Order: sequence, then C-alpha cells, then structure tokens
Amino acid sequence: MSAVQESVVAGGGLNPELLRRDFPVLEREVHGSPLVYLDNAASTQKPQAVIDAELDCYRRYYANVHRGVHTLSQESTAAFEGARGRVRRFLNAPSEQEIVFVRGTTEAINLVAHSFVEPRVKPGDEIVVTHMEHHSNIVPWQLLCERTGAVLRVVPISDAGEFEVADVEAALTARTRFLSLVHVSNVLGTVNPVREIVAAAKSRGVPVLVDGAQATPHMPVDVQELDVDFYAFSGHKIYGPTGIGVLYGRYDLLAEMVPYQGGGDMIRTVSFAGTEYADPPARFEAGTPNIAGAIGLGAAVDYLLAIGLERIAAYEAELVAYAAEAMAEVPGIRLIGTPRRRAGAVSFVMPEAHPHDIATILDQQGIAIRAGHHCTEPLMERYGVPATARASFGLYNTRDEVDALVAGLHKVNRLFGLDT
Amino acid sequence: MAEIDALYQALVLEHNRNPRRYEVLEPCTHRASGRNPVCGDRVELYLRLDGAVIEEAAFQGEGCAISTASASLMMEIVAGREAAALRELFADFEDVLRGRRGPDEVDLGGLAPLANVRGFPGRLGCATLPWETLLRALEA
Repeated sequence: MSAVQESVVAGGGLNPELLRRDFPVLEREVHGSPLVYLDNAASTQKPQAVIDAELDCYRRYYANVHRGVHTLSQESTAAFEGARGRVRRFLNAPSEQEIVFVRGTTEAINLVAHSFVEPRVKPGDEIVVTHMEHHSNIVPWQLLCERTGAVLRVVPISDAGEFEVADVEAALTARTRFLSLVHVSNVLGTVNPVREIVAAAKSRGVPVLVDGAQATPHMPVDVQELDVDFYAFSGHKIYGPTGIGVLYGRYDLLAEMVPYQGGGDMIRTVSFAGTEYADPPARFEAGTPNIAGAIGLGAAVDYLLAIGLERIAAYEAELVAYAAEAMAEVPGIRLIGTPRRRAGAVSFVMPEAHPHDIATILDQQGIAIRAGHHCTEPLMERYGVPATARASFGLYNTRDEVDALVAGLHKVNRLFGLDT
Repeated sequence: MAEIDALYQALVLEHNRNPRRYEVLEPCTHRASGRNPVCGDRVELYLRLDGAVIEEAAFQGEGCAISTASASLMMEIVAGREAAALRELFADFEDVLRGRRGPDEVDLGGLAPLANVRGFPGRLGCATLPWETLLRALEA
C-alpha cells in the first residue's frame, strides 16, 4: 500500500486530493488546462501500483505460466495465480476455481452464452435481458437466438431509467432459460436491485448472469450475498489493465459446462481418439493468457481493497449526487436517467449543441467526457435521442472538477448563443 | 479558446439553427443516406438533376452542429453545378481538413467557414459526411 493510501485510510473518509497523486496521468494538462477526466465509465486511469506491477513482471520474472520447471515460470505462475486469489477476495467468491480470466466483460458473456446457455435451449425458449443493456449483453444473446431458435425478451424501463423486481418477474415465463442483466447502467447510472432480482429468478429456476462492468469500480460486490450464478467485469474499468477481465461462475455450473475455445492449457489429456478437458477454470482459459494483465488486475484489486470499496462507494455516491444536481441546473439541459440510486454516470443532452459539440467544447477546456450512443442504441431509442453526452466519475474525481464541468456546460450554452 | 470560437463561428451556428433546404425532395432523381457509425450522425440527401446539372437539392438528418452546418452550406453550393466540379471542391476541402494544404492555398468558396474543423481531428468525419453522401448519390 502506498504512503498516500495509508494516509487516506487513516483519515476515515476518502481524500481524493491525496489519492490523485497515485495516478500519474492526472498531472497532465490538456489544451492548457488541467486534465479533468470524466470518462471513467469508458475506462479508468491507472495508479502507479498497477503500472509498477506490470513493469515489474516484465522486468524481473516474466515467463509463460503453468507446467514450467524453471524459476521464472514458477514465479510468473505464482503471480498469475496469486492475482486469481485477489480477485476471489474482491468478489468474495467461495473458491479460486470459480474465477475465470477472460479478455473482458464481453468475452465473459459470450462464454456463458456458448458454454452454459446454448446447450440448454430449444427453439421457442426464452432469454431475458433489460432495456438498459450494453450491446455486449444484447448481441451475444441475439446470436444465440439465431443459432438456436430461442427468443429474446426485454424487460422495459421507466422514464427515470429504472425497472422494478415485478417487471422482471413479469418477463419470466415457463420458457425462460436464462436472465442476463446489468448491475449498473453505463448510461443512466442506475443501480439495479440485483439481489432481489436474482432471488426472484432463482425461485423460478432461472439462472442469472450479472454484468458488473459498471458496478465493480464503484461499490463492494459479494457474489455470495447476491447469490448470482455468473458475474462478469473488466479489469480496465477498475483501474487495472485492458485486455483482462473476469467471469465468476458457480463451480457446479462451470464444472458441467463445455469449453468455449479449444487449445493449450484447457485440456487434461489429448489424443486423436479424443480429448479430456481440464477442470475449471483452466477449461475456459485456452491458450497463453494475458499474464501481465492478470497480475496488473491483481494489483488494481489490492489497491481498491486497501482503500476500501465501502469508502469509495460512500465518497462517490455523494460526489455523483452533487454532480447530477449541479448539472441539472444548467439552463436547457436534460438529464437522461434520473434513478433513485445512481453510480458512476450522468448522461445528458442540451438544446442545439449536439453531444459531440459538447464534448469538443469541453475538451478545449481539458475536460474529457464521452458523446455518442455508448453502445446502447436501444436505450437511445427509448429516450428518443440519437446520442447523449456522458460525464462519469471515479474515485479520484473532486467537487472542483464537477464545478469545472458545470462551468464548461455554461460555456457550451454561451457559444450556442443561449442565455445561461 | 480562440480556436473553439472559430470552429463554432456565427455563420456555422446560424446554419445549424436554420438549416437550408431541410426537407424531403420528391420527386428526385438521386438520393443517398449517410451514416457515421462512430457518433450516430445520419443524413438523407435528395437531388434532382437535369442532365449533368443539379437543379435542386434537399436534406434531412440528425447530427452535430458541424455536420448539420456542413450539409446546410452544401445546399447553397450545389444548385446549378455538375458532379465533376463538386468532386473537385470536396477534394480541396478534404486537403484543407487533413492538413495537406493550407486554408489560404485553396478557394473553398462557401465552405470556407468550415476550414477551422482542421484543428479538430476527431470532428473531420462530421464535416465530410454530407459530402461523402452527396458523391455517393451522384454515382448512383
């Protein structure tokens, strides 16, 4: 743990000014102004601890993992598998064997679609998702429906950007074979009542996957408390490296699943007469994995656990509420999504200035936000907008940065000739 | 901030607010749809040609101020002109946007207000979308 972190932890609450020193990129200026990075829902910046962990791997002990007799391979394997243990702790999973390393949330969902759901569905069976899903939790199911003749059903959302447990229950029928839903919306910021939904689905015998890409950066996640069957997240959204992510799966389910990809590392024995697959998680990790990425992810998990996810959640909840309130007061602005429980993202549109105009004008002031459909075209259609602008927050963002954003939004209005 | 003021200069904003020929043109002889999958901008372009000459043009669509102004400025340029001349103008415009030639080396005519987009690499596609759509419509 860095000295900065220790002083933060000792203080009780989270002090972002101290934490910011752990993130080298935050010292940068953009177009002559200090960087205000508010694109955390797309990807987060990396603390020195994560950068050092990857660097250290490549400089001191890198080699391929598993089955190596030589020292470097043993050290690499220990660090790689050590990261799996850290992730297990991060999710409070019962066993390390339930932690499958994948490229990211997208691959995790595709893996479950292929290896768990596909063998279990017949034509006319139903897969349920919600209207606020990212394309990564829509398209894999559409592909599965094309292959199997299954039908995709969608839980509707309210204008505020929420659904109730009863709305999910109403979508579950005798033909429902799987429910896949997002924990926190990447556009609306809505925190869904996942525990209650999982309970409702399981009481009907429907297994559930939760897309945790936007939840894991902002709050503690306990897969046992959620009682979820599968949980997926991406390393790069929790201050870790890109190209590494995690699928948590209940061991008894993983154990009966067919492999996703074939290759090295996922077998017990291979002969031309037939191949015996390895036990989970190796069964789902064909080929040489993202070794340094996994080790970096382990460092990111350590970093978050050292600060404390409860502390991060408390700080960010207050910050994002302050942001949503301050942004809502900008003349003409319309927030897309006004959920009762919000984490991470605040999406909005403005009169005349298109989201891309907003993003360009803010960028000129050093403020990084995202504009576009955020890989949620059905959601854009639901709100009747072609795109939104989105500010999304992380543990290193401050009230001063929110104020800079709001000042920037007034500048947008002024440039477009509106009173503000 | 000077750069951003030049990008969103009064004429660009005025075209964004009151786009010219923003309507469906029926009957038309040529039409094409353009879409920028990166940002979701889309444009529907309608042309009526008399021989090789564009007699009338119109457009509809959804997009940012730059793409809307670009399409609207195009409406003021294309009437009475032929495909070859418009292709040449667009080539000049692209040269300026991509920094191959300076804005003073080329006569962009009615497109001159959009020359400042060259300072914003992420926005070039907004300015070019209506023109790429126009050239596709003329090929059809």
